[in-house]
Amino acid sequence: MSGVIKQTDWQDKTVLVVVGGDIDMHTSAELQKGFQEILKNKPERIIVNLTAVPYMDSSGVASLVKLLSTSRKSKIDLRLFGLSKRVKAVFDITRLTTVFNICNTQEEAMG
Amino acid sequence: MSPEKNNKLEICIKSDPAALGEVRRKIDDFVARVGLGDEEAGEIVLSMDEALTNVIRHAYEGRTDRPIEISLIDDGETICVEIRDYGIQVPVGKIHSRDLGDVRPGGLGVHIMHECMDCVKFLPQKNGGTLLVMKKCVKRHMGNK
Repeated sequence: MSGVIKQTDWQDKTVLVVVGGDIDMHTSAELQKGFQEILKNKPERIIVNLTAVPYMDSSGVASLVKLLSTSRKSKIDLRLFGLSKRVKAVFDITRLTTVFNICNTQEEAMG
Repeated sequence: MSPEKNNKLEICIKSDPAALGEVRRKIDDFVARVGLGDEEAGEIVLSMDEALTNVIRHAYEGRTDRPIEISLIDDGETICVEIRDYGIQVPVGKIHSRDLGDVRPGGLGVHIMHECMDCVKFLPQKNGGTLLVMKKCVKRHMGNK
């Protein structure tokens, strides 16, 4: 498992991915690699828990945009939740808040 | 790594992405000490992180042993940030953000810097490298300064 991907829980074709730590130029490649591993198992839904991510910059956002792009091509339902104020601000500034399916809670994301 | 006075922070690092986390923590401590709120603090930290990422990626092409000098000065009304590198000079006209409607990875750093700061200037230096100057007018939290 990748260093910033702390946990993956599979329930049928849904995978809950717990990401942890700062996601920046130093760690974004790890995140991307972790997502690629998950995609090999052909999920139908990916739910990314960002609760334990205190900081993310555009390198981290780029990793998620790549995942989104692959998800769209493969018809995978991608959802994010648990964005801290600072992480949410990066999505707002880059106008990606409406591009991603961002949920307020894990229950909402799993629903 | 950082001689500092109350209104000034200076940091010298190598162009190693592994150093970014520690730099962010120092900037966060500084902006908190001079009394900025979390939103403004976050914007300054983010814009500096994006600038440093660009220096490592473009000016130094990923080399991890090149010098970067960072300073923040609080003059009471404005936070002035300077980031000096000695790497490849990118023509100022070529430094721009991509179209945000075109959703793809990359190309967001310069947009973030302009969104978060009031002034962003890339100044190529005669003796090589670039001096980036960014300024942000800030509000104070009463009693913090």
